[in-house]
Amino acid sequence: MNNNLIEVSNLEKYFEISGGIFSRNKQVVKAVDGISFNIPYGSSLGLVGQSGCGKTTTARALSLLDPKTGGDVSFYNDETKSMQSIDELEGDELKKFRRNIQMIFQDPYESLNPRWNIKDIILEPLNIHNIGNLSDREEAVFEILKTVGLTPPENYMPRFPHELSGGQRQRVSIARTLIMKPKFVVCDEPTSMLDVSIRISIMDLMLNLAKDLEVSYLYITHDLAVARYMCDRIAVMFNGKIVEIAETEELLSNPIHPYTKRLISSIPIPDPSYNRTKYEIDFTELDQIISTNSGNADMVEVKDNHYVATHDVKGLL
Amino acid sequence: MNILEVKNLNMSYETLEGSVAAVKDVTFSLKEGESFGIVGESGCGKTSVAMSLLQLQADNGKITSGEIIFDGKDIVKLNEKELRDVRWSGISIVFQGAMNSWNPVVKIGEQIREAIREHYPDKTKEENTDKINELFNIVGLDSSIADRYPHELSGGMKQRAVIALALSCDPKLIIADEPTTALDVVIQDQILNEIRKVQDILGLSLIYISHDIAVIAEMTDNMAVMYAGRIVEKGPTKEVFENPRHSYTQSLLASTPSVVGDKIKLKSLDGEPPSLINEQIGCSFAPRCPNKNTSCNPNHNMELVEVASDHYVDICNAERSK
Repeated sequence: MNNNLIEVSNLEKYFEISGGIFSRNKQVVKAVDGISFNIPYGSSLGLVGQSGCGKTTTARALSLLDPKTGGDVSFYNDETKSMQSIDELEGDELKKFRRNIQMIFQDPYESLNPRWNIKDIILEPLNIHNIGNLSDREEAVFEILKTVGLTPPENYMPRFPHELSGGQRQRVSIARTLIMKPKFVVCDEPTSMLDVSIRISIMDLMLNLAKDLEVSYLYITHDLAVARYMCDRIAVMFNGKIVEIAETEELLSNPIHPYTKRLISSIPIPDPSYNRTKYEIDFTELDQIISTNSGNADMVEVKDNHYVATHDVKGLL
Repeated sequence: MNILEVKNLNMSYETLEGSVAAVKDVTFSLKEGESFGIVGESGCGKTSVAMSLLQLQADNGKITSGEIIFDGKDIVKLNEKELRDVRWSGISIVFQGAMNSWNPVVKIGEQIREAIREHYPDKTKEENTDKINELFNIVGLDSSIADRYPHELSGGMKQRAVIALALSCDPKLIIADEPTTALDVVIQDQILNEIRKVQDILGLSLIYISHDIAVIAEMTDNMAVMYAGRIVEKGPTKEVFENPRHSYTQSLLASTPSVVGDKIKLKSLDGEPPSLINEQIGCSFAPRCPNKNTSCNPNHNMELVEVASDHYVDICNAERSK
């Protein structure tokens, strides 16, 4: 299928902060400032950038946890076979639609209710959306536990989160997410809290599930090495804007934007003989160039499907 | 000359469930100006080793045997007063998440001053101010930061200030225990550069502890891989990366993604490290080992054996007799 699953255009999320109780001045933080991208059906997009660049805000706006303040997000509607803006959804339609978007969070220690056993945790979304009868639901929990590799399921269902290791808990999070058979899953650094050896098994599990269940991921991370492993395409964010977006291997081998180059050059390489080339940029200067070009920066296509924000090309290259 | 020699260090924690052997028979040494890396997953004993070097282990942690010779003295035998002289002016440490350990209501400069006063009570206020300015200069901070409170600084700045604090009493050895874990990649890169620079300028020895084998590759001359409380492989960093001999080291390398080179299929390592509560003989990695064979026997004794120049691997007596 060549359709896009999601089309995001000029997405904005502004936060108002007041200057104090008696102040009439309202300041606006532009956490996400006019970003646009598409995710084709069944493919995964990595969103990389430093802390505070707006990655998580973007994820929360896309998964409808926080309302956006501007721009448009459209999803492919399986029934009408056309793109549908999320602004048009209301009531039952919205609730039904929410099943298609799920989220996996960073910290498996904090995102699972410590007082519920694993069965209840995974059952909850089915209960909320009133899917099937009780025995159907329990059967579904049993199956999904097998899918995420927590076998035999009957051993895990009565256990509580504190009885599981970090890797097992993240598997429970994934099970809870996938039991709704979503088409789109937002993953916010799902492996950054895990040990290296366990990290790969979780990443492999997610890749296999994406293939089997036709799920698309928006994968948020600050580690490009992880993004390379997980994603077909990567978008680089800086100060609320996407500065470069391309196919993963193209982005890594041919980065254009100075910020992308800086980001790639900061990743440690697991080879003591490898001499990493340093690439320094002046962040204050970059900051100024980007903020003076506020509004919708044009993205220029420099190669097939490789886009770079133009104001920066003019300013810094 | 060796500045630090750790010989057959054993340490255990008394818990309600029993005694947990966190550090088993750990032996390594460090030359002046050398950087030594310790890598391994959570709970393998990395931090316990670091804490024993400063005798800062939790109250239920006890060194059961072994020696830690620093600068000619056995730290294990020192009393609390003698230890205070070693801590910070001999060995200092940058803790994991240390940037969150600043006192929120005291200015950064004042907190560093406090450490210097404790160790050098005779120095004047002006001397201390000069010292702090010099330290800030080394770690790339503006001297005005001294008058700021911790909440006014970013994570990266706080971590730089922690490094300045660790340097404040002119230590010979710095232990960096995952100093960049909570920071993102660009800040991590800057902090790593700072640590390297500081080490160069001051000729310090460094013990760098991390779960990230890529950082160890870049930061260290020699390294040790720890698993379940034991050093399972140690040697020159280049040699260990080029010829990893222990299956655990091989698994760690095979599970680390990289942004350079061809994209390879990474291999996961199933299972979990063993519980350290019950005493174990034999190879603790065997239950997860991808190269396990019929000659693996849980009753075999393990020993670090030199397989190449300075390159040691933990192997069982069956392997040795081959």
